[in-house]
Amino acid sequence: MIKVENLDVVYGVNETRNHVVRSVSFEVGHGETLGIVGESGCGKSTLLRSLAGLEGGWTGSVHFNGKPVGKARNREELKLAQMVFQDPYGSLHPRHRIGTALAEPIRAMGTGDGWSQVSKALQQVGLPAHFASRFPHELSGGQRQRVAIARALILSPPILLLDEPTSALDVSIQAEVLNLLADQREERNLTYVLVSHDLSVIAHMCDRVLVMQNGIFVDELTKADLRAGTTHADYSRELFEASFL
Amino acid sequence: MTDTLHDTSAVQQPGLAQRVLSGSGRVIRKLGDEPLGMAGFIILALLILVAIFAPVIAPYDPVRQVLSDALQPPSLAHLAGTDEFGRDIFSRLVYGTRITIQTVLSVSVIVGPIGLIIGVVAGFFGGRTDAFLMRATDIVLSFPSLILALAFAAALGAGLGTAIIAISLTAWPPIARLARAEALVVRNADYVAAARLYGASPLRILFFYIAPMCIPSVIVRLTLNMAGIILTAASLGFLGLGAQPPLPEWGAMISSGRKFMLDYWWVAVMPGIAILLTSLAFNIAGDTLRDLLDPRHARS
Repeated sequence: MIKVENLDVVYGVNETRNHVVRSVSFEVGHGETLGIVGESGCGKSTLLRSLAGLEGGWTGSVHFNGKPVGKARNREELKLAQMVFQDPYGSLHPRHRIGTALAEPIRAMGTGDGWSQVSKALQQVGLPAHFASRFPHELSGGQRQRVAIARALILSPPILLLDEPTSALDVSIQAEVLNLLADQREERNLTYVLVSHDLSVIAHMCDRVLVMQNGIFVDELTKADLRAGTTHADYSRELFEASFL
Repeated sequence: MTDTLHDTSAVQQPGLAQRVLSGSGRVIRKLGDEPLGMAGFIILALLILVAIFAPVIAPYDPVRQVLSDALQPPSLAHLAGTDEFGRDIFSRLVYGTRITIQTVLSVSVIVGPIGLIIGVVAGFFGGRTDAFLMRATDIVLSFPSLILALAFAAALGAGLGTAIIAISLTAWPPIARLARAEALVVRNADYVAAARLYGASPLRILFFYIAPMCIPSVIVRLTLNMAGIILTAASLGFLGLGAQPPLPEWGAMISSGRKFMLDYWWVAVMPGIAILLTSLAFNIAGDTLRDLLDPRHARS
């Protein structure tokens, strides 16, 4: 479903040159959930934003569904992958009502006025239809993140890129949002790439985990490894010990 | 729970009127907590009413000269006295609100959209567009506004229309800078990134995502500017480059009253009070509007 080869992201030139992602390659199968874990600043979010097409400074090749996609995407390519952002307070336009926010992707794509799908989209993420007339500031963080997920899914993308979708939320709300994501994955046979620094979130959601440090993958863990606590590199052992203390 | 959850019939795009009503209702409720701001808005509302109903309110024709009544002090017959041609100053002030409101509104309507568009485009597109637009803004900003307005009024010929154009030419740069600063912040927001991900065109992002976030501060700035616009218009009138006699422009009225100021103080003082009250009201209203529309400037 996703194939990435030799992806590099470099910011700045000369003295300020910062090689954020160093020649990473990986594949994600159809319906699989890949976790990318690592500490702050290791390049995991940058990698995800490059996949989404939000960062322009990358080199290498990215294939979605067997087709290469470039830095600038056309509408068909954009429809393949949508993203859910970390901060539900920043990812919804404060002056757009929930209904507008959900109708916008369809209107921006020019495939209808979108309002006919709003109530269904709200319902799918477990929110009542009358929320459509509310503003984001009238919703809680968890509800907003549900709206953000509904917005990402309204174009029916086969791939969903999740940038720490629960780290801005309460622990009790985290589980709800993760379950929602898991349900949607079942229902629509979605492929996820989930970036997080929270190992329990990763362990709950992912079939396979890549451990990232300083822009490269230092370890790859399967679901069985996660359960057994097996690691193959010093860094991932440190990470595990630090988080399961 | 399931009933509300599966009630799909209720969702449709709310109409414009409904959106405007619920939005302004919220602002008006908050306004109740601000007595000073309320006073400012009430004065402005009165001013607009006076401008609309000037013929009903004014007891005399503002341009009719009665030389036998020249320079009468304020009395019941002439609430604010009469000027050197025997014209009733109160009636002239009432008709003068029309000129003032007209000037302020025209300048705001010209300056607001121009400043907003230039600023938002510069902030959003960045790079050369930004550099070019902002240098142009800097050039205009570096002129002292009254002097530039004077030069324009002198070049284009004195009159109310040229005064409006002249003030507009110098009033847009601060708005543009403000809108640009807002746009710079907003363009990096996640909701703009999300909009790019679902294929929103740059124009759509500009006008539907970024401009709405800049409009409140632009409105606040415009309202605060209105006080300055009134003063600049009055200054131009005072110097004889604004509205021409016999139009009852407040600045021009002060100018003509200056000659008799020591003996007949009311001729200059009455329009002065009108200018003071109006610009003060605009200032207070602008301040309050900032508190209401911009949560970052919350009252301590």
